[in-house]
Amino acid sequence: MLTAILVSAGLALVFGILLGVAAQWFHVDGNPLAEKIDAILPQTQCGQCGFPGCRPYAEAIASGQADINQCPPGGETTIKNLADLLGVEPKPLNAENGSEKEVPLVAVIDEAVCIGCTKCIQACPVDAILGAAKQMHTVITDECTGCELCLAPCPVDCIDMVPVHGSVDDYRFPLPASAQSAVPDVTAAPRPAPESAHV
Amino acid sequence: MSEIGPKVTKARYDFHGGIHPPENKQLTRDRPIRDLPLMARYVLPLHMHIGASARPVVKVGERVGKGQVLAQATDFISATIHAPTSGTVVAIDDHLIPHPGGLRAPSILLESDGDDLWADMLEPWPDYQTHSPTALRSRLRESGVVGLGGAVFPTAAKLATGPAQVTTLVLNGAECEPYITCDDRLMRESPADIVAGARIALHMLGATQCLIGIEDNKPESLTAMRTAVAEDPRFAVVSVPTRYPAGGEKQLIRMLTGIEVPRGRRATEYGLLCLNVATVASVYQAVVHGLPVIDRIVTLTGGGVVQPDNFKVRIGTLMNDVLTAAGGYRAGVDRLIMGGPMMGFSLPDDTVPVVKATNCMLALRPEDRPEEPAPQPCIRCSLCAEACPADLLPQQLYWYARSRQFDRAVAYHLFDCIECGVCTAVCPSHIPLVDYYRFAKTEVWAQEREKSKATVARDRFEFRKERLERQKAEREAALNKKRQALEAKAAKAVQTPKPPGDTPAEPQTSTETAAGEAAYGEYRPGHAPIDTRLDSAVEAARARSKARRAALEAQRTEAPIPESDDESEKI
Amino acid sequence: MTEYVLILISTVLVNNFVLVKFLGLCPFFGVSKKIETAIGMSMATTFVLTLSAIASYLTETYLLEPLGLAYLRTIMFIVVIAVVVNFTEMVVRKTSPLLHNVLGIYLPLITTNCAVLGVALLNVQQAHNFTESALYGFGASLGFSMVLILFSALRERVNAADVPLAFEGVPIALITAGLMALGFMGFAGMVKA
Repeated sequence: MLTAILVSAGLALVFGILLGVAAQWFHVDGNPLAEKIDAILPQTQCGQCGFPGCRPYAEAIASGQADINQCPPGGETTIKNLADLLGVEPKPLNAENGSEKEVPLVAVIDEAVCIGCTKCIQACPVDAILGAAKQMHTVITDECTGCELCLAPCPVDCIDMVPVHGSVDDYRFPLPASAQSAVPDVTAAPRPAPESAHV
Repeated sequence: MSEIGPKVTKARYDFHGGIHPPENKQLTRDRPIRDLPLMARYVLPLHMHIGASARPVVKVGERVGKGQVLAQATDFISATIHAPTSGTVVAIDDHLIPHPGGLRAPSILLESDGDDLWADMLEPWPDYQTHSPTALRSRLRESGVVGLGGAVFPTAAKLATGPAQVTTLVLNGAECEPYITCDDRLMRESPADIVAGARIALHMLGATQCLIGIEDNKPESLTAMRTAVAEDPRFAVVSVPTRYPAGGEKQLIRMLTGIEVPRGRRATEYGLLCLNVATVASVYQAVVHGLPVIDRIVTLTGGGVVQPDNFKVRIGTLMNDVLTAAGGYRAGVDRLIMGGPMMGFSLPDDTVPVVKATNCMLALRPEDRPEEPAPQPCIRCSLCAEACPADLLPQQLYWYARSRQFDRAVAYHLFDCIECGVCTAVCPSHIPLVDYYRFAKTEVWAQEREKSKATVARDRFEFRKERLERQKAEREAALNKKRQALEAKAAKAVQTPKPPGDTPAEPQTSTETAAGEAAYGEYRPGHAPIDTRLDSAVEAARARSKARRAALEAQRTEAPIPESDDESEKI
Repeated sequence: MTEYVLILISTVLVNNFVLVKFLGLCPFFGVSKKIETAIGMSMATTFVLTLSAIASYLTETYLLEPLGLAYLRTIMFIVVIAVVVNFTEMVVRKTSPLLHNVLGIYLPLITTNCAVLGVALLNVQQAHNFTESALYGFGASLGFSMVLILFSALRERVNAADVPLAFEGVPIALITAGLMALGFMGFAGMVKA
């Protein structure tokens, strides 16, 4: 019996030391996963997910504190890509965070009404508004992400969200109608999964 | 069939796949090219070519002459647009363009004055050999020469082969698509122009030989071109077997030279360059005669037109004007297609202009085309793979495009698909395969655009964070400096008694601080404005703007503002 | 020499651990949705299987058997396997955090993969020597990898196709696996287990 105990203890000691050394050698710094998640997010920096920007949300997902379905500007595509990256099932967008827009919107300042107060300039997370105090403000359409953070601070309510002016270069051909009723759209949310492990 | 001369060789190689659709060329192959009368108006879209849109250089209301530059080429890959006739520019606005989605795009609307007078043209260069290839390319760019086979790639950019040395010029006279006969007629009526243009291209490229590929269903063209090249040892006229799509660039090159240009590589890397016969004819006109591209040959055909014909149509002619001049539609016509039955697309409206890519206008009645039953499930028969001329796996592309697995579709060479339509034609389940690939391609491009937009947004966000932190740090540093200066002054004041008459230090700094804070006041996040007068000013402004907005709304409901009055935004 | 070849053929094809012996089904179904994950999992399992087959053999031959501690075999083997898996997990986390996140729970579950413990115990049962044990472990992992990658390729195609609603997802995957097992029955009897 003593041999059994000694052998077990000895092996445990040896393995423990081995693993301890290996843990030092293979130590990983930082959170490279957050970078990969951030690369998928749409960078609207709108805060609808509940986090102050896309990077904090990415880090929250990486550490398991946030779910993957909280980003309305990213929509189903982003959820699907996140699901693919993390090896989890895609799920429908969380309605509490907002809804996906069918067409992308950009902000437009009504210049007749603008008073030049710079409040919207300070609010824009990507510096897409051009202007200075008492000078005309204007939104640089190409840089606007449609986050709508400028609407609230404007004291004269002169900012509108309008659909983006589409062009031939942006044209997207539609998916042709198919014979089957159940097209296997892998972006679609699946039926509610059972409680057991994902297979 | 007339005899083909001794110098016409048969193609020695072949390409994979392809089909034999009913040709239907007999409707127009023996109709000589006719001119159209001058129309009252012309519409010139600014983006009639691959590459960047052209920029208008005329103003609304300006009078222009025939051949005058209306819009200038912008980027390296871009083309100039000229007036098809003399007249007045009435508008520079969005207009319906020939596009499967029925889109509108910025165009120049020209009203003709009936005189058809030429503006100043470029200097004719009959001695083109004395000009450098660079100068000649410039001439092509200024003359708006683009590929007239349907791809409308600016020829000047195509001929700028850089370090690659092209040894063989291939002329594409195959015209493999059913119904279309514009190149056929051009080769029969103006073969000398084509050969002259080819000679210019040979000079520009420094190439030593020219192969002219023509399908064997055009014996008259073969004879005409053979006669036109005469004893020039650099030229060889080669007849290729009639099979669609023998006119595809890679397919034609394979048949004429046996070289298979691999995926992602260009023909120039193999010493080859392919140009359409109509393109080289326009090269000749531009270089030797100084004439810009203002017209092209268009085949108007199909069972839905009263008299099918080949026309020389000025660019910008509205298609309904062409049809009216040609005799109009037949009863029962339900489709107008730009292009041929394989690669063309249905036009939702015929008030679109003829553009540089319009090689054919095909009007069809239901009895002129085969039945199109509803698509059925894919049975994995792989007839599509057997027929694909680009050696792709259409079935796999179909499954991946359908389930939106675009990364896999791209891995299966989605972007090597030339959208020839052979797979759709052979599918026994009548699945519109090419539509799936077009869908997948535009989705992939949309994703790439979104990704690059997101990267830019992220960079701007990071920079803004940096900027705010920097400003905060600068402000802290400035305040610290002031504080330190204060303390130094106070220390000095304690040591040395103040002489009377000097202003005490304290009030001075308080006004300084107040002034400083007032200057920063508005910009300090999280701080209430120092000047309480600002609050009431804001209130007053709010009230004023509400009133102004209400007034503007009332105005706008009476007289709606047009969509966009800023042209520079659109171009 | 022929024994070694026979061992390889036996473990890879004839007595394939997944489709014939029915060991190691958990990662087989859990990690086979995409080919890239399957390849990553195969590499991890190959490393673990081969190393733990060797380590278990050494433990059994030089520690347990001479000291008469055969009754400690099960737990000692599990400890050995757990250590190897832990080590592999660290390596994977360092070299590819993405793969680590994608494999998720299935990476540490290689510990309780019955194929791994099965190989270790079968080596003892069949009294293999060192080379035979190592080859047995390596062959088992080769068979496992091959079947896993093939199955994931099939699954990708099936998931993109038109499966009746009732069969979507797991049911059609199980049917496919069953048909694969049917195929492997063709090897039955060629080499004695």
